[in-house]
Amino acid sequence: MKILVAVKRVADYNVKVRAKSDQSGPDLTNVKMAINPFCEIAVEEAVRLKEKGVATEVIAVSIGPKVAQEQIRTALALGADRGILIETDVAMEPLAIAKCLKQICDKESPDMVLLGKQAIDGDNNQTGQMLGALTGYAQATFASEITFDGASASVIREVDGGLQTLELKLPAIVTTDLRLNEPRYASLPNIMKAKKKPIDVLTTEELGVDVTPRTKLLKAEPPAERKAGIKVEDVAQLVDKLKNEAKVIV
Amino acid sequence: MIPLLNDRDIEFQLYEALDTESLLTRPRYADHSREVFNATLNTAKSVAERYFANHAVKADTQEPTFDGESVHLIPETKAAWDAFVEAGFLAAHEDYDEGGAQLPEVIFRVIMSYTNAANIGTAAYPFVSVGVINLIRAFGTAEQKALYLPLIMQGNSNGTMALTEPAQGSALGDIKTMAEPADDGSYRLFGQKMYISCAEHNIAGNVVNMVLAKIKGSPDGVKGISLFIVPKYLVNADGSPGQRNDVVLAGLNHKMGYRNATNTVLNFGEKDGAVGYLIGEANKGLGYMFQMMNEARIGIGLGAAAIAYQGYNLSLDYARQRPQGRLASSKDPSSPQVMLTEHADVRRLLLAQKAYAEGSLFMGLFASALFEDQNTAEDPDQRKRAGLLLDLITPMVKSWPSKYGCIGNDHAIQILGGAGYMREYEAERLYRDQRLNPIHEGAEAIHGLDILGRKVTMKNGACHQVFLEEVQKDISAAQAIACLSDMAKQLETALSTLDNTTQSLIALMGEDVDLGLANATLYLDMYGRVLASWLWLKQALAADKGLSSTQQHNEQDQHFYQGKIHTARYYFDWELPAVNQYADILNSGNRVPFDMQDDWF
Repeated sequence: MKILVAVKRVADYNVKVRAKSDQSGPDLTNVKMAINPFCEIAVEEAVRLKEKGVATEVIAVSIGPKVAQEQIRTALALGADRGILIETDVAMEPLAIAKCLKQICDKESPDMVLLGKQAIDGDNNQTGQMLGALTGYAQATFASEITFDGASASVIREVDGGLQTLELKLPAIVTTDLRLNEPRYASLPNIMKAKKKPIDVLTTEELGVDVTPRTKLLKAEPPAERKAGIKVEDVAQLVDKLKNEAKVIV
Repeated sequence: MIPLLNDRDIEFQLYEALDTESLLTRPRYADHSREVFNATLNTAKSVAERYFANHAVKADTQEPTFDGESVHLIPETKAAWDAFVEAGFLAAHEDYDEGGAQLPEVIFRVIMSYTNAANIGTAAYPFVSVGVINLIRAFGTAEQKALYLPLIMQGNSNGTMALTEPAQGSALGDIKTMAEPADDGSYRLFGQKMYISCAEHNIAGNVVNMVLAKIKGSPDGVKGISLFIVPKYLVNADGSPGQRNDVVLAGLNHKMGYRNATNTVLNFGEKDGAVGYLIGEANKGLGYMFQMMNEARIGIGLGAAAIAYQGYNLSLDYARQRPQGRLASSKDPSSPQVMLTEHADVRRLLLAQKAYAEGSLFMGLFASALFEDQNTAEDPDQRKRAGLLLDLITPMVKSWPSKYGCIGNDHAIQILGGAGYMREYEAERLYRDQRLNPIHEGAEAIHGLDILGRKVTMKNGACHQVFLEEVQKDISAAQAIACLSDMAKQLETALSTLDNTTQSLIALMGEDVDLGLANATLYLDMYGRVLASWLWLKQALAADKGLSSTQQHNEQDQHFYQGKIHTARYYFDWELPAVNQYADILNSGNRVPFDMQDDWF
């Protein structure tokens, strides 16, 4: 069984990202970049499936600038077998990413595509679903457990009301939630081995995908700073303020 | 959890203030890349966060116990040891053909800095083991290497250094542990060792003790000391533990801090002698041990740096969030209180901590880079100079971070105030952990004797000369930069004061060696201040380069560089000038401690 895992290069979750002074977007100059934490969970799951003998090959794919190779290399150090970089300097939107991944699915015919449920930069939570629509593969989002039975997979999803179990025909798309697993760290010998694993580099032109952004970022600004509070005299005054000033109750 | 160290600072120290990337041109590191270094350090950080920091507090409150049969450590300790081993870190800087990853020394030391910062007590197990690996590699026979190196590198045993005895600490020449030759070429050891770290535990199946002892009939003093491998269990050819050796735990000592590293009293030869295997030649043991000790001394300095760093991180975070009082200029009692960092005196305490913590880390990494150059630089002259400089600065690289780390951790408690004195906050634990560092691997006074009695005069003063030349290079570079030229001038004056004091003390030692060495600890501190100032100037130079480079910076980077330059300024204005007062005491051959009589106390 072949598994395709998507990994996105994003600002490290420890970094406090700030807006550029001209409001043209987040300031990522010299910021530490890392693999998106949800994608890391997807890689971990794929590697575990390989270790269990369920999967035979794990391919890590990323879409982004040349330096996104670093994140593919991280996935390879965690246990993926080979990498594919779709190199582009365009700011990629979920639809463009999904279209690129669709082309890779057509080329590689994976049995399962594992993606993070969202990336911590855009927080869109769209790519997996869009890829599902484009490929027609079965789809389960927000997975907290994946098991296999021959040609089908059973996925427990985290939904608002609790847990939902879906049975999917393969090939299938699964997006990962936080509780699916705890990713391992890359050991030093595996970091060294990862250097020798192959990474194919493709371009969006070669894939024939139009990645022109469909939306425009008007401005990025920090959230308004919280103002100092006041002390109210009594409950009546509190209720009055909630009703008439904050207008949160009627 | 207190954030571990500061990733931006580590990047700065490795790649801006030091030129770690240039190591990649050396054949030994041809396979590596900055990406591999970064991936390695990411792993080090996650291992430290997940497996070491998780039980730092618990290990302090539930210290190791001995039930008469075996020693019990909280189970997180073994998990941390296993994680460190599985990550490949025990063998990180060993050769490929030994199962290592051939990483540069300086990268390995940053790996250790993360685990030190997370939990120094648990980090002691791998720390000492790496020293033992290096010692056996350097001086063991092919058979000894084949048997013991994989055993430790794969985590099936740790290693220890057994030097001290109940009656002998700093003065090793008088040790009493004896080794008697046996018929099979091995030895039987009899005696007792004291304060031996990590010699009993339940984290790995064996313990490889490196023991100093005297072979019967050997000369008195340090020239009669030999070095032995004494495993807890004799090691079978396949590496599995065999017969129990006659080395037993007499008891555990109970420590102030650093608690999860067991501190043991070991008895050798309660029955028919502990089986020991001689390393290298007889009577040369202390020299061998000192190779490891010199590396360990850099390691102690870095351990002190990591603990000071955590105190700084903790108190900075606290000071930024704790509203307290108003500035003198604010007359309105109904105005909101300001954060602690708004008070200049709190900023002074933070600045001092920043100077000590970041300064100590850089001092240790600078020394590690010299160690690297001494061994792998392509130019033989560069190797030689690096070796001379490293020999010279080692006493300060160990003792300056240890001494000022304690003061830094003391400042951290002061900033937290009442909370700092409470065990619910980690400031007091860090202080207790730190307090070991001026004691082990040579107490502070020993390093004073080492720098003044040995290092500044050895090889006709060549080491001291290289130091003067290297400092002068950076003074010249700083003179050309407007915002650093004042500091260049201050350091030039201090350097000349240090050199004059050195010459006058050498003359005094010529007349009366006891009097000449009487104030050696003060001289050590003086040398330490000049070294620390030089290395802060190096950091300031790198920060200035960062600020003035054409590369785009974000706002945080600019603050980072300005913080470096301002901290250097703090150290130069507030702490370097003490060398003048020290020079007055030292140059006059001050006799006050020397003349004090026992009966007058």
